[in-house]
Amino acid sequence: MSTAVEARGLGKRYRRRWALSDCSVTVPTGHVVGLVGPNGAGKTTLLQLAVGLLVPSSGTIEVFGKPPAEDAGILGRVGFVAQDTPTYSSLSIADHLKLGAHLNPRWDGDTARHRIEKLGLDPAQHAGKLSGGERAQLALTMALAKHPDLLILDEPVASLDPLARREFLQTLMEDVAAHDLGVMLSSHLVADIERVCDYLVVLVDSRVQVSGDVDELLASHHRLVGPRDPGAPPPACQEVIDASHTERQTTLIVRSDGPVVDPAWTIESTSLEDLVLAYMTRGSKSHGTARASVPGAET
Amino acid sequence: MTWLAWRQFRTQAVAALVLLGAVALTLAVTRPGLASSFQIALHCKGVQACASARSEFFAKDSLLRHLANALALAVPALIGVFWGAPLIARELENGSFRLAWTQSVTRSRWMLVKLGVVGTASMLAAGLFSLAVTWWSSMYDQLQDSPFQQYDSRGIVLIGYAAFAFTLGVALGAILRRTLPAMAATFLVFFAVHITFSTWLRQRLLSPLHATSPFHWTPMGYQLGPPNPADWALGTEVVSPTGHALGQLGQGSLFEGFQIHAGTLIFQGVGACRVKVPAESLRTGNISQAVQQACVASFHLHQVTTYQPASRYWTFQWIELGLFIVLALLLAAASTWWVRRRLP
Repeated sequence: MSTAVEARGLGKRYRRRWALSDCSVTVPTGHVVGLVGPNGAGKTTLLQLAVGLLVPSSGTIEVFGKPPAEDAGILGRVGFVAQDTPTYSSLSIADHLKLGAHLNPRWDGDTARHRIEKLGLDPAQHAGKLSGGERAQLALTMALAKHPDLLILDEPVASLDPLARREFLQTLMEDVAAHDLGVMLSSHLVADIERVCDYLVVLVDSRVQVSGDVDELLASHHRLVGPRDPGAPPPACQEVIDASHTERQTTLIVRSDGPVVDPAWTIESTSLEDLVLAYMTRGSKSHGTARASVPGAET
Repeated sequence: MTWLAWRQFRTQAVAALVLLGAVALTLAVTRPGLASSFQIALHCKGVQACASARSEFFAKDSLLRHLANALALAVPALIGVFWGAPLIARELENGSFRLAWTQSVTRSRWMLVKLGVVGTASMLAAGLFSLAVTWWSSMYDQLQDSPFQQYDSRGIVLIGYAAFAFTLGVALGAILRRTLPAMAATFLVFFAVHITFSTWLRQRLLSPLHATSPFHWTPMGYQLGPPNPADWALGTEVVSPTGHALGQLGQGSLFEGFQIHAGTLIFQGVGACRVKVPAESLRTGNISQAVQQACVASFHLHQVTTYQPASRYWTFQWIELGLFIVLALLLAAASTWWVRRRLP
């Protein structure tokens, strides 16, 4: 399995504040990778470093084995849609497609036109007059028509209403299937990640808490429910990710590569959301930053 | 990339063309009237007739002439403010740089093409404008004392000013990252540099010439100025026969009149007269013109005029054009570096 994005000791500082520090992560090619984490974890910073919009303050990041934005070739292999889905408000949709054709040697004009047609958008319409969802679709169309090997989307559905969000993700998945490309998208909504991603990276306070194939993660994590007994040792051979207690019972999220056999506990499978929340809780505890609310529970 | 640079600039280019067309049309329509009036002033006979013909010519379209001169000064500033400052700042402000810089074009190339397309247009616009104004004003300028009077609204320097103002706007826009503050800063910095150049630096670009002549003084005043009225006079100094500089003409009350102090007549700024002065005059303070002139003559003063000869007009224009082009290239390189390394 080859590597699409590899970061080592990556950090980005704005004046005195580190938006991302000492982040190491490897993202394989050919997956739809969900980057999930609370607000301020450094997701946007990591993605902008990966497309070369930002330059690292420390460490390195490589995309397909090269520093991002080093030359036109590597720029052409990566498509990007920023969080605010920027477009030129005074240019029409048709102008945007022309722009893409002039600026990208791998541009696929037919795909772009078909996609705009399918979305029911008028090519003569100015981008400034589009709704948030339509603008996001235009930005995604441009990124897809670039014919990238890797598509990076920063909170692609954050500004969309639930219906538009579902449509956006659906069209995205159709395009991914049709063009055989890798995707890396960030979200703080686990439900969106669950719907489209087959690979997960949980980022809390710049650190990767866990990363891996979604099916493998689900298979190796379990939810254990048992009576509350502060004195009892944790189940053997298992890593406890998170423990929560009510007055009578204790719920654990544990990681175990083998089957869990322990009569003291009721063993259940975990949902992806429970898994993500467990890692996010652990991540924020280990950094001593108590968070009043855990984003990701917003769905 | 050229396509995008042009597409983003198209509206502004059309606006500039319309403006330029309107100015050219106005000037072309009014010039024949000027020309006939100019011929009368040129072929006049008699002092009285000539004076009135000249003043009639100078009064003709004087509003338009002042407007054209002012516009010539303003065109480079307008280019810097409306074409230069928003070039990068607007992309940074509305986030579209994230779209532009993630296409398959490196930032350096993006910058170079944008700078090239709009920069060339800036210089072209300023050049055409200058050509129109210089052509229209040529008759006035012929009757003016010195070509240096309208130096910075004529000729090729406007092209240099435009290139400088444009790149200044680009650089300030990239550094300040906001369009409006960048526009204001461009306006201020451009005029600060322009004023420094026209009042201080330009006259020092070539070492000036000096012309020495006897100090002519009459009770009406003294005669200032360089050998040829078309020269650019920088100052006139009064020098004693021993070569001692006494001061600049036209500054303060030096060499302007006489004072009576303790029974002697004193020529202000020089000293006590070395001629005999009637006691009656000393008492009443009523000094005859003959005595005054004899007094001044007794000092054997000289005046040294520092000036730039009119023949250097085009040398100055070329040097200044070159300097501003170099400044513009430096600013273009600096803003490209800034965009590559320091943004966003």
